[in-house]
Amino acid sequence: MRLELSDLAKDFSGVPALSGVNLSVETGSIHAICGENGAGKSTLLKILAGCWPQGTYQGQIRLDGVDVSFSSPRLAEHAGVALVAQELALVPALSVAENISLGAEPARLGWLDRSAMRDTAREVLAKVGLDIDPATPCEQLSVGNQQLVEIARALSRHARLLILDEPTAALGENDALRLEALVRELAAQGVTCLYVSHRMDEVFRVATHITVLRDGQSVRSAPIADWTRDSVISAMVGRALGDAHAASSSSARAKIALRVEDLNLEHPSLPGRMALQEINLTLRQGEIVGLGGLMGSGRSALLSTLYGAAHSAARGRIQLGDNTLRALFEDPRQALERGVVMLSEDRKRMGLIQPFSVAENITLIAQGRGRGLLAPLDHRGMRQLAEAQREKLRVKTASLDLEITSLSGGNQQKVLLGRALPLDPRVLLLDEPTRGIDVGARAEIYTLVRELAASGLAVLFASSDLPELLGLADRILVLSQGRITAELQKPQFSQEAVMRAATL
Amino acid sequence: MRLTRQTIGMLLALVGIVAIFAIATDGTFLSARNISLLSRQMAVTGIAAAGMVLLIVAGQIDLSIGSMAGLCGAVATVLCVNMGWPVSLALLASLGLGGLLGLAQGSLVAFYSIPPFIVTLGGMLVFQGALLGLTRGVAISPPESFQALGKEYLSHGSTWALGLGVALIFGVILVKRGQKVAAAVIAGLAIGSATLFNSYEGLPVPVLLMLVVCAACWTLAVQTPFGRHLYAIGGNRDAAFFAGIPIERRLLASFGIMGVCAALAGAVLTARVGAATADAGRMLELDAIAAAVIGGTSLLGGRGSVWGALLGAAIMASLDNGMSLLNTEAYWQPIIKGAILVLAVGGDLFWRKRRA
Repeated sequence: MRLELSDLAKDFSGVPALSGVNLSVETGSIHAICGENGAGKSTLLKILAGCWPQGTYQGQIRLDGVDVSFSSPRLAEHAGVALVAQELALVPALSVAENISLGAEPARLGWLDRSAMRDTAREVLAKVGLDIDPATPCEQLSVGNQQLVEIARALSRHARLLILDEPTAALGENDALRLEALVRELAAQGVTCLYVSHRMDEVFRVATHITVLRDGQSVRSAPIADWTRDSVISAMVGRALGDAHAASSSSARAKIALRVEDLNLEHPSLPGRMALQEINLTLRQGEIVGLGGLMGSGRSALLSTLYGAAHSAARGRIQLGDNTLRALFEDPRQALERGVVMLSEDRKRMGLIQPFSVAENITLIAQGRGRGLLAPLDHRGMRQLAEAQREKLRVKTASLDLEITSLSGGNQQKVLLGRALPLDPRVLLLDEPTRGIDVGARAEIYTLVRELAASGLAVLFASSDLPELLGLADRILVLSQGRITAELQKPQFSQEAVMRAATL
Repeated sequence: MRLTRQTIGMLLALVGIVAIFAIATDGTFLSARNISLLSRQMAVTGIAAAGMVLLIVAGQIDLSIGSMAGLCGAVATVLCVNMGWPVSLALLASLGLGGLLGLAQGSLVAFYSIPPFIVTLGGMLVFQGALLGLTRGVAISPPESFQALGKEYLSHGSTWALGLGVALIFGVILVKRGQKVAAAVIAGLAIGSATLFNSYEGLPVPVLLMLVVCAACWTLAVQTPFGRHLYAIGGNRDAAFFAGIPIERRLLASFGIMGVCAALAGAVLTARVGAATADAGRMLELDAIAAAVIGGTSLLGGRGSVWGALLGAAIMASLDNGMSLLNTEAYWQPIIKGAILVLAVGGDLFWRKRRA
């Protein structure tokens, strides 16, 4: 199936996600889509698969020369387009056969035709080279095999355009190689594949063409022979550095604020795999250290592990200030008691107490601290504290009694900072500190972070926004697949260097 | 205390209901005697609802408190009647039992992550069975001094002293904080109630207990870090964990408090009825939940107030009482109460949506 896109564009309430994607994919080719986080890859795939229905985007999609527009994933599937999403979409308790025919169950006179269902399953499982009993519940399969079942499901719908969104992200080496081989085989049979992956090695092994997306636009599309790794990376990051952030200074040999040795974290959903491996790092007082890396590289996992909020078993030792090495924190409570605070990337889920007012959110931790659990609250003191934080952090709100949800993202972030600061933290962990925050408020957050660092705090922050990473950090650690692959000092900073280490 | 739009709505509803019944009964509904009766009728629900609010704001629920109340009341009665324990000791023991049963269920919820709906549904059946086993289906009558808990009145002098004391203490505190209107309202309410109750027999003991429990639960909820933690857990559990709140311990404690409230409700109920029976406390859990919800507590957690729940209990008791006065056939009462419950919550959601 031949796919052509012209001037595809989509915005989310005014914020453009795609702004002019042009693409031409020949039948039977394996076309890799590369781009930074936020370049618009997922949006593009979702439009193709009918997840964003017609009318919510602009531009044309042509399949085999015919204009199409899908109003639902089901119609896309009928037209031969199937998406194998990043997160698996199988029902764990149902059998392989049931999952394969889910939504298109074979029926005879209104009754489920189980034997036809099994036959279909056997047929498509054979195509993907998976030798398992179709009656096996999906939850008993390895992640690699589940991925293959998803592809088998796509084939059972006679998909002629197969969209794979980071199909190997959750797979080990062998499973990934097996999947690559399958994709090549399917392409040889005339199935067109759109392939998104962050692993450069893999892209250069599998793809016949590469298109790079940047800021919602297709920057360059060419056969694989015309690309090199470096040219892909520079196309991905090619934008100008924006306004240069104010330089910050830090004393090079300040005291240690936090040190971590041999930190290892098990993968929360894939037994036997590690989300973080052999992490060693030192933060000094007054230093701002950035964590770079692609999505899923372990940045967030590292921050939450340091904060005692990891979702899986972690091993390692941590040192705060001049104290001796000790075991990792078991929960955020211990971290807070020792002066480590964290702001999560998901403000809504992990930060704000939505029914609470601005003031109540600010005083959540500080209230009654150092006094008894049942000691009467000092309402006036709390009020003063909330007022002081509002002034210090320049929170824009008509009243401290407004519900927190009525504030803008930037002001919500300041409120969360205001919750943490009265505890006199020594280490500040920030995960995507400016996600969903507009440009003006971003600059204010940067200024605040620099002020805090200047007052002696050590800051460790993760960011997928390269200009932010380069502009704010004194030093950058790059993570890739759970390991630190590079440590960059300020003069060596470049977007290319970060991306190169991130795609190792 | 902030008056939310919903509390005001509920107050208006209560005033409306009271006005309708007052007119329909030619004023009998508002007589001092009937108000005294009505307030005694709502005491059991009010005590249970106060504890229930603490649980619901934390995103929890307890379906077992009806049968737990019945069981604890029966245990206290049996301890007095069959074992010859002094009444005060027997009552203390039953409160302790309620606390322990609450903690036991709470630990299953907090430490083993079994959903509270399931744990307390199981608890409801277990306690019901235990109650039947204890009473063997026979009604046991507690001694007079026990029954005083449900039937006696404070003397007129004590009622006056209490009303004036509350008016004075809250008046001074609130005036100091510059909330003069609130001070006047509370002082007026306290002195007005004292006058009203004194034009009959005085403040009923069960009503006094209800007010004390509500004041205690309100203090806990609004004036202590513990209470704020419960609201935070119900409002956003992940964020509460992230903010370092020890969620398991807080939930355990709130189930324990609920248990003590349930046991006290059971004691008052047994005393008022004058007998421990096998079906004592049946449906109390639903009345308590309904009172909390009508009073503005969100079953999703994070929102709710103890005084609101008391208002909810008052609305339900008024409906019961008024319809009885009008000789409405008994089967209408649950039908009307059910409709009011759905109307209250539905109306609130409707207004909230319109405003958003």
